[in-house]
Amino acid sequence: MAQFLSELSIFGFRVCPWPWLAYVIAGILHIALIINLVAVGALIFIWLERKISGRIQDRLGPTRVGGKFGWLQTLADGLKLLTKEDLMPNGADGLLFKIAPYVSFCAAISAFIAIPFAGGAYPWIAQHLNAGVFFVLAVLGLEVFGVILAGYSSASKWSLFGAMREAAQVVSYEVPLGMCVVVPVMLAGSMDMIVIGDMQSGWFTNWLVFHDPFTFITFWVFFTCATASVNRAPFDLAEAESELVAGFHTEYSGLRWSFFFMAEYGSMFSVSILASILFLGGWHGPVPVTSLLGISGETGSFAWFFAQLLGLGNVLLKGTLGVCIMMWIRWTLPRLRIDQVMTTCLKYCTPIAAVMFLGATCWHYAYPNKNFFGLTNYPESVYEISEGWEGAQQKPKTEETENKIAGYRNKNTTDKNKIGPRGQRSILISTAQLGRRGEHSILVFNRERY
Amino acid sequence: MDSIYWPSFFFLLFSGFACTFAVAVLVSKNIVRMAFYLVLSLAATAGLFFLAGADFVGAMQLMIYVGGTLVLLVFGVMLTSQERFVEMKTDAGDWVIGFLAGGALLATLIWSALSIPAWQGISRAEAESLAVEKTATPLGMGLVGFRVDNPDESGYFFPFEIVSVHLLVVLVGAAYLARAKRKTNRLEMENNRLEQNPKGNHGAEPKNPTQ
Repeated sequence: MAQFLSELSIFGFRVCPWPWLAYVIAGILHIALIINLVAVGALIFIWLERKISGRIQDRLGPTRVGGKFGWLQTLADGLKLLTKEDLMPNGADGLLFKIAPYVSFCAAISAFIAIPFAGGAYPWIAQHLNAGVFFVLAVLGLEVFGVILAGYSSASKWSLFGAMREAAQVVSYEVPLGMCVVVPVMLAGSMDMIVIGDMQSGWFTNWLVFHDPFTFITFWVFFTCATASVNRAPFDLAEAESELVAGFHTEYSGLRWSFFFMAEYGSMFSVSILASILFLGGWHGPVPVTSLLGISGETGSFAWFFAQLLGLGNVLLKGTLGVCIMMWIRWTLPRLRIDQVMTTCLKYCTPIAAVMFLGATCWHYAYPNKNFFGLTNYPESVYEISEGWEGAQQKPKTEETENKIAGYRNKNTTDKNKIGPRGQRSILISTAQLGRRGEHSILVFNRERY
Repeated sequence: MDSIYWPSFFFLLFSGFACTFAVAVLVSKNIVRMAFYLVLSLAATAGLFFLAGADFVGAMQLMIYVGGTLVLLVFGVMLTSQERFVEMKTDAGDWVIGFLAGGALLATLIWSALSIPAWQGISRAEAESLAVEKTATPLGMGLVGFRVDNPDESGYFFPFEIVSVHLLVVLVGAAYLARAKRKTNRLEMENNRLEQNPKGNHGAEPKNPTQ
């Protein structure tokens, strides 16, 4: 992107006269896109939540602001929040009280850095991380820190109780959440979200949720744990209105309060997108429209752009659908008690996730090339996926760097011809050592690598 | 060539953050603020790992140090803290001892870092020509017993297994220590059992045998 910007010129004028400016603009563009996704997403989701809750409770929800459906209601609320007085309790720890909403918000938007919105060789992703799933999980766990700071610094017992509940809940639910994530990671043989998503290309039968009965159950456990880890009802003990006034944000008002809400809706959206990429095919729709119509053009062409845009639409649609299901659950089920929340996590979700992981492993071992509950075979296209962590070696390069890499691999050898035989032998070794790890994953691992 | 070398820029940025907040941990008196500064310092360290291309280690740093340890620390602080720990004052003597010990460690580290030839930096042109390598897959393969960079040598499967069994033992031990200790009265338990289930069978019978 930075390179594109530095070479871009409009009407003969260079857009970026200095190369460093291109980097700065590219960085700012990525950040602005992510922040806008979270902020505008929150704007729409809050309106959607009001309409859905109205529908569930047999009332209308917002109807007046902005025309027929009241779709500008959140904007009006935002303006109201902007004009509210910014209050701080007397005994509060000023610095932490002021900074806590931003900590939560930063954690919520940081997760989007590693979330892809369209795949392929040139994925639409802010930063392509090799351990993307792990990064997203790690960052999602950080949101609780802002909540703990808010609860502590408010100097209010309600806030402190809410924060403690949230901390206990989020820390416990990370365990089954992580176990559920391991299942698709194991099936794809990679923590790279692009690889996991592109593994599910084609018809919906290739989606990992339908891979076998165990992944099907894992998906629902994952969704339950994700709902709990972002503090949505029925797991919203941190802000239980009937007991704690408003929980950790009791003392907050105005814009700081709204930052907590943007963080909440942002993380709801990110876990839904995570669920869609891990289990529901990500940017691949249920029907492979682009390959049926034959519009998979070269990278950079209009057809490619259209296909990527379709993928983006798929990701956003699936994410929104996940958020809607969370809203449906929220307005249908009563709130759990804290001991029930802990029981759900430790006595149900964790053992179920562990058994499902074991079951999925055994299934994958028994039927390595089957998908859709073992009914169909893996399509050939899956073999083509390469994680490309040695992508640099495939590209043409100078003799010197080739030798350098060869020397790096084997300190005594600088002859690049030796890579070939060594590579072949290493394939044999890996096949023998891994056993029947599933033929396709061995192919995925070894193809074009050595 | 770009006039700003971005890796250096971000290295200075992240290391500056890490050092500044590390100093802030020392000089602040409130224990929760210290924890907060420690989080920022450790997060900046994670940024350094990401900058070095070690995605997995960076995410690990976020997960374990920033996430786990500090949540635990805040738990410990808030649930056990007495009044005297909330505002901590450091004596002048403690400062002197701390500076001596810390300074000695810093001097040793700097001296050893500068004295190892392999750690000397390379020129900018060399650095820009290096290929970007992704690290997570070789790391994972190494832990299940296959060294990608050197297939002739065995991987790290055995240490990995030992560590994981060790962690499992720790988890079981923690669960054992944290369990609720019931005061068991054998007679009472026996009575309860008999009340629920008069015939001593395993609950298979219906409650009202006449029906």
